[in-house]
Amino acid sequence: MKPFVEIHDVAMRYGGVEGTLALRGTSLSVAKGEFVAVVGPSGCGKSTLMRLVTGLWPATEGTVIVGGQEVVKPLSVAGMAFQNPTLLPWRSILDNVMLPLEVVEPHRRRLRTERAAYEAEARGLLKLVGLEGVEKKQPWQLSGGMQQRASLCRALIHQPALLMLDEPFGALDIFTREDLWAVLQEVWLARRPTVILVTHDLREAVYLADRVLCMSSRPGRIISETRIPFSRPRELATTYTPEFQALVAALREEINTARKSEEVPGAA
Amino acid sequence: MPLEVAHPKDRAAALIAAARRRRVLQAWLPWIVVVAMFGFWEIAVRGFDVPEFVLPAPSAIAASMVKWWQPILQNAWATLVTTAIGFALAIVFGLALGVAIGSSTLLYHGLYPLLIAFNSVPKVAVVPVLVIWFGAGAIPAIITAFLISFFPIVVNVATGIATVEPELRDVLRALGARPIDIIRKVGLPRAMPYFFASLKIAITVAFVGSIIAETVASNDGIGKLMIVASSRFDVPLVFAGLIVTGVMGVLMYAVAAAIEIRTTGWAMRGQTDPMTQAPGG
Ligand SMILES: Nc1ncnc2c1ncn2[C@@H]1O[C@H](COP(=O)(O)OP(=O)(O)OP(=O)(O)O)[C@@H](O)[C@H]1O
Ligand SMILES: [Mg+2]
Repeated sequence: MKPFVEIHDVAMRYGGVEGTLALRGTSLSVAKGEFVAVVGPSGCGKSTLMRLVTGLWPATEGTVIVGGQEVVKPLSVAGMAFQNPTLLPWRSILDNVMLPLEVVEPHRRRLRTERAAYEAEARGLLKLVGLEGVEKKQPWQLSGGMQQRASLCRALIHQPALLMLDEPFGALDIFTREDLWAVLQEVWLARRPTVILVTHDLREAVYLADRVLCMSSRPGRIISETRIPFSRPRELATTYTPEFQALVAALREEINTARKSEEVPGAA
Repeated sequence: MPLEVAHPKDRAAALIAAARRRRVLQAWLPWIVVVAMFGFWEIAVRGFDVPEFVLPAPSAIAASMVKWWQPILQNAWATLVTTAIGFALAIVFGLALGVAIGSSTLLYHGLYPLLIAFNSVPKVAVVPVLVIWFGAGAIPAIITAFLISFFPIVVNVATGIATVEPELRDVLRALGARPIDIIRKVGLPRAMPYFFASLKIAITVAFVGSIIAETVASNDGIGKLMIVASSRFDVPLVFAGLIVTGVMGVLMYAVAAAIEIRTTGWAMRGQTDPMTQAPGG
C-alpha cells in the first residue's frame, strides 16, 4: 500500500545557517488510515516535525509528501490540535469548534444553508468529550483542560483525512485523559483518518497507536519503531496486562538511551 | 444567646454592600473632582484678587456662557460637525491603511518611516498650506482634524494585526486558509481592542486639529469664536470656548469608550462585569 505521509531525509534549521538544528536525517512513512505515535525526549523536534508535515514551515532539506503530492504550502486536509488550546478568545466555544467549517471546502460553501446540521455535529462532538452545556461560554471561562478538549473537537469537526495531534492531552488529569483515549479511538475506528500523535505519555502511545516511533535527542531523527500488536478496540484493561507493560518499559528504556546520548559533547 | 458577631450570610451581605458603596463612589468621583476644581478656582481668583483679563473666575465664565449662549452653541455645533467629518475620514482611511500595513511586512517597512515623518510635522504648519489650496472655511479644519487623528488609528490597528500570536495564525494556516481569511477571522477581531483604544485618543486630538485650523482661517467654529473674543479682550468668553471644547471632547470620548466595552468585552476577560470584580480590587 502506498504511504499517505512520506518524509525523506528531512532536515530543519531554525533561524538561518547559524540557527538551531532541530531535525536531521529524519525519514518516516505512514500508511493511509494508520495511527502512529511519536515519542522522544523534550526538545528533540517533535513539534517541528508536525509543522513540516502540515506545511506550516518549509523543510530546510529533504522532501515531505502527503497524499502523493509534495508539500509546499500548508495542507488543507489536516486537522490539528496543538500543545496549547489556541482557542480564539472572542468566539464562544461552539463558534471556536466550528471555525474549520468556515474555512475548509466543501463545508465553507454549505455552512450557510446547513448550519443547523453542522451545529448539531459540533454539539455532538463537545458532548463526546464531556463538554455539554458550555457551548455558549467564552474560552477564558473554561479550565485549561476543558479548553484543550474543545480544541480537540475543533481538530475533528471537518472530518480531516489527516489528524495531527501535538500532545493534545498533556494538560489533562489522568482520568479525563483515559476517557479521551477511548473517545479518540472511537472516532478513529469510525472514520479511519491517518493520525500522527506526539505524546510524552508512553501508555498513551502504546494504547492508541498501531506503531510507535521513537526519536533521538536534538537534532531529532527516528531511531526505532515498535509495532503494537493488541487488537481493537482496546480496553483500559489492556493497559494492565504484562505484555502492555513490557512494551511501555522497552520504550522507556529507548528514550532514556536517547536522552543520555544528548550529554555526549558535540552531539548537536 | 451565642455571642457570634456576624453570621456568614451577614458577612457576605456586608461585603456586597461595601462593593456597592465603592461603585457608587467611583461613579460620582469624577463629578466631585470637577466641582472641587471649580470651587478651588473660584476661591483662588477671589482670594488673590486676580484681574478678569488674566484669569476669570468660573462664575464670570458661566455668566459669559449665559450671555453668549447662542453664538457659543452655533459655533460649538460647527466645530462638532467639522471634527466628526474629519474623524470619520480618519477611521475609514486609518482602518484600511492599518490593516494593509499590519498584514504585509513589505508595506510595513515601506510606509512606516514615511508615516513617522508625516506625523512629526506640526499640523499648525500645515494649515496655511491647506488654506492656500482650499481657501478659508470648513475644509481646512476637516482636513486638519483628519490628519491629526489618522496616525494613532493606523499605528494601533497595524500593531494589533501584526502582533497576532503565531499559534492563532497557525490554527487557520493549518486549515489551508487564504491570507484574506486569516485577516478576517483572526487579524481584525484581534485588532479591535487596539482600534477602540486608538479611537479614544484620536477623537480628542481631532478636536485639537479642527480648533487649530479654525483659529487660523475659518468663518465659524469654537476656534474662530475664541480668536474673536480674545481680540476684544473678552477673556471670560475665551475660557467659555475652552470649557465647551473640553466638554465636547469628554462626551465623544465617552461614546468611543461605550462602543469599546460593548464590542470588545472579550479582551477584558469579563473584568468589566461588576459581579466578578473583587471588593478589594
Ligand atoms: N520557532 C522557533 N524558532 C527557533 N527555534 C525553535 C523554534 N521552535 C522550536 N525551536 C527549537 O527547535 C528544537 C525542537 O523544538 P520542538 O518544539 O520541535 O521540540 P519538541 O520535541 O516538540 O519538544 P517538547 O516535547 O518539549 O514539546 C528546540 O531546540 C527549540 O529550541
Ligand atoms: Mg512540542
